[in-house]
Amino acid sequence: METKELTIPYTAKDFKSDQYVRWCPGCGDYAVLNTLQKVMAELGVAPHNTAVISGIGCSSRLPYYISGYGFHTIHGRGAAVATGVKVANPKLSVWQITGDGDCLAIGGNHFIHSVRRNVDINVLLFNNQIYGLTKGQYSPTTKKGYVTKSSPFGTVERPFRPAELTFGARGTFFARLLDVDLKNSQISMLAAAQHKGTSIVECLVNCVIFNDGAHGYLAEKETRADRTIFLEHGKPLIFGKDRNKGIIAKCFNLQVVTIGENGITEKDLLVHDATCEDTTLQMKLALMEGPEMPIALGVIRDVPTETYDEALENQITEIQAKSKIKTFDDLIASCEQWEM
Amino acid sequence: MENNNATELDNVVVRFTGDSGDGMQLTGTLFSNLSAILGNEISTFPDYPSEIRAPLGTLGGVSGFQVHLGSSKIYTPGDNADVLVAMNPAALKVNAQSVKKGGIIIFDTDSFEKTDLNKAEFKTDNPFEELSISETTQLIPVPLSSLTQSSLEEFGFDNKTVLRSKNMFALGLICWLFNRPIDQAIHFLGNKFGKKPDILHANVKVLTDGFNYGHNLHLTVSTFLVEKSHETPKGSYTSISGNKATAWGLIAASKKAGLELFLGSYPITPATDIMHELALRKDLGVKVMQAEDEIAGITSAIGASFAGSLAATSTSGPGLALKSEGIGLAVMAELPLVVVDVMRGGPSTGLPTKTEQTDLLQALYGRNGESPVVVMAASTPADCFHFAFMASKIALEHMSPVILLTDAFIGNGTSLWKLPKLAELPDIHPNYSLPGMEGSHVSSRNEETKVRYWSIPGTEGFGHRNGGLEKDYYTGAISSDAINHEKMVNTREQKIENISQFLPELKVEGNVDADLLVIGWGGTHGHLMSTVNSVNKKGSKIALAHFNYINPLPKNTIEVIQGYKKVVVCELNSGQFATYLRSKVPNVEFLQYNKVQGQPFTVAELEECFSKLL
Repeated sequence: METKELTIPYTAKDFKSDQYVRWCPGCGDYAVLNTLQKVMAELGVAPHNTAVISGIGCSSRLPYYISGYGFHTIHGRGAAVATGVKVANPKLSVWQITGDGDCLAIGGNHFIHSVRRNVDINVLLFNNQIYGLTKGQYSPTTKKGYVTKSSPFGTVERPFRPAELTFGARGTFFARLLDVDLKNSQISMLAAAQHKGTSIVECLVNCVIFNDGAHGYLAEKETRADRTIFLEHGKPLIFGKDRNKGIIAKCFNLQVVTIGENGITEKDLLVHDATCEDTTLQMKLALMEGPEMPIALGVIRDVPTETYDEALENQITEIQAKSKIKTFDDLIASCEQWEM
Repeated sequence: MENNNATELDNVVVRFTGDSGDGMQLTGTLFSNLSAILGNEISTFPDYPSEIRAPLGTLGGVSGFQVHLGSSKIYTPGDNADVLVAMNPAALKVNAQSVKKGGIIIFDTDSFEKTDLNKAEFKTDNPFEELSISETTQLIPVPLSSLTQSSLEEFGFDNKTVLRSKNMFALGLICWLFNRPIDQAIHFLGNKFGKKPDILHANVKVLTDGFNYGHNLHLTVSTFLVEKSHETPKGSYTSISGNKATAWGLIAASKKAGLELFLGSYPITPATDIMHELALRKDLGVKVMQAEDEIAGITSAIGASFAGSLAATSTSGPGLALKSEGIGLAVMAELPLVVVDVMRGGPSTGLPTKTEQTDLLQALYGRNGESPVVVMAASTPADCFHFAFMASKIALEHMSPVILLTDAFIGNGTSLWKLPKLAELPDIHPNYSLPGMEGSHVSSRNEETKVRYWSIPGTEGFGHRNGGLEKDYYTGAISSDAINHEKMVNTREQKIENISQFLPELKVEGNVDADLLVIGWGGTHGHLMSTVNSVNKKGSKIALAHFNYINPLPKNTIEVIQGYKKVVVCELNSGQFATYLRSKVPNVEFLQYNKVQGQPFTVAELEECFSKLL
């Protein structure tokens, strides 16, 4: 990555393209776009070394709004295209923009395999639990029983939980952010960009038209601090408006406690370890649900692991050092041959 | 060397057949390479079942490898065999009909017991009579298994390992029959088994014993001599399969263009060897990704192309179907991409190991929307190199996906290949954006050729957004404007049509003043050319126009075809190229000769067809 000198830092504006943003007024995608542009500026990678790849869906229009290089591809295949981009040109900072339908339905296979390979791309998975661009059908993350145009009597399907899929595919990075939570979103997204490997950022976004308030339980400003917990590596699991609630492990389960009650002190709380290889506790945190538990935001897992693109480059370097074949003509010379 | 009783032949066909585990492919390959080194023209054709190991001795498990060698130009692996090696009764049954009158059948008597005959579904004790094998056929019974066992008595191998070498006994015998010194074969075995000295030693011993067996027993057949070919242009040669040649053509193009080569591919018969060959070439910097499916194969390649590599994907018919949407994206995004389709029998899973030309219309039209791509086809194992190179050159210079059609016959078959040097190959000039064009948009193009300029991510000042949505011709922004869409459709079409200006003209081979013009395309050239030559020799006037460039067609196509009174299109499908030509060439009645049996043409059947038309 080419890093621009700190004396002339980029601003979010440097990453805005000249295209008019066409999402519905009030769409959660705007907030994620703005956060992304700020994070790109903070990263310091030049716009021309940035490639943003997407599939199909509302969120997949995002590449048009970022300066630098963008590619709006076909439904579900963004992960495979982004993999090709990164492998072919590892110097680029590669972002994949995808939605819950694009990523987890039609693109499910590419998603799990890009995560498994751990190719160094940053994936923003916009999860609004609905198909917006096709006007309101249920997606693989829509809650069971939810009424949509394609489930007029409620869905009978069990939804995916993106964190489980990511961990199941041996993912090395998983974070979750909430569209309206700008400050914390920026922290999570920056961490994703700095992680080497496939970084999955589940962005909980609101679709004002077809699924308004899907994340309303978390999004309400007054109750957000009590209903969510922002995880930070190495820090105790504390949350709540009064910062007096915490999480402890009891047997194999997590439990919310109040600091100062029943003799509980901060020392009794779990300390978040995002870098732990073992996913057990991270999985438990990722799957917490209200009202008993707060919903986890922030970086849940961040384990440094060799990336696919690195491993491939290393193998090429190693073989090139050993092989006698250095050029095409050497290859020709190496084959069994005779004069006629 | 023992030449006293040798019969001199201009060309000869040997077919090695046995269980798929009997090593017939290796035996055949060694024999053809030996012959090539001695200066013969060669052409080979492996014919194997899709089962890796079908039940031993059954008809479904028979694997074959045919070698055609000659002292003059050889175009095909030959129709029928002069010599058949049958390792068991099933192999005999499957191949008996393809032995020429007066031919030789060498068979392993140890494998012709009652149980073996039962497995091959013979009803009597005499398989030769049951198959009505002509009395003129010379039968050479050889106890291959027991001779191999005694040959390796002192090696202390288990019986299974011992019997694995019986193909070498057969090879030794064939070497004697054709007056081939075995030193070179020993050298080849050394390359193959160098890391397993025991196995190497055993194979060399069996090979030598096989040769001496023929020599000492003076088997009651005369040996054959096939002289050096004097028609082959001087130079260094090797024997190469079409799939390997395709892989190497892509590498050569990437070096010539100064780009990295990326292959995204998913294993599929009969195309996988292209991936194998490229995966070996890390030393030349080739990046191969074995994708999770056919779709990721092509879309990762499209990503690599977007990022500035020479990108390719390799597949066969069912995989091409899965790649359709990806090809459409490459059409819309106007990115260079080579899609190699090694055609096999279809539809659906069809005949995975057999050859056909049934993907032509899929390649031309199998996409949504008006979606023109360059379609071309290679003709021989060796010229897969040239056409893979040209497919890459066209893709890079004209910013378009190119579908290269080969097939199981030329992909797995081998032919002689004159070794090229990189410096002798044509230059490749990708249509890059040039300095001074900073700020140009994604749809900026050369107004004459309509070729879009390629800006590589990482280059300052050329940032752009590409994609599958329609773009405005003048600004590159997404647009659903009616008039603009039609202009863009026409632009993409003109870009492809314009490529015909850069293609070689269609040639007519055979007798130019012919009464009958034979038209073919792709992998059938050898059979068509052999037949046309043979018919001309017999006094009729016949010509061949063979196509390698299909979309666009060579610019003199209409003129050439309209110059003949009678035209017959021969292809291994139900008439796809004929249908296409009818839409492109007016006022011609296209007759058809079609075969859809998963097998190549034979010269005999073509000759019969042409003589009826003449």
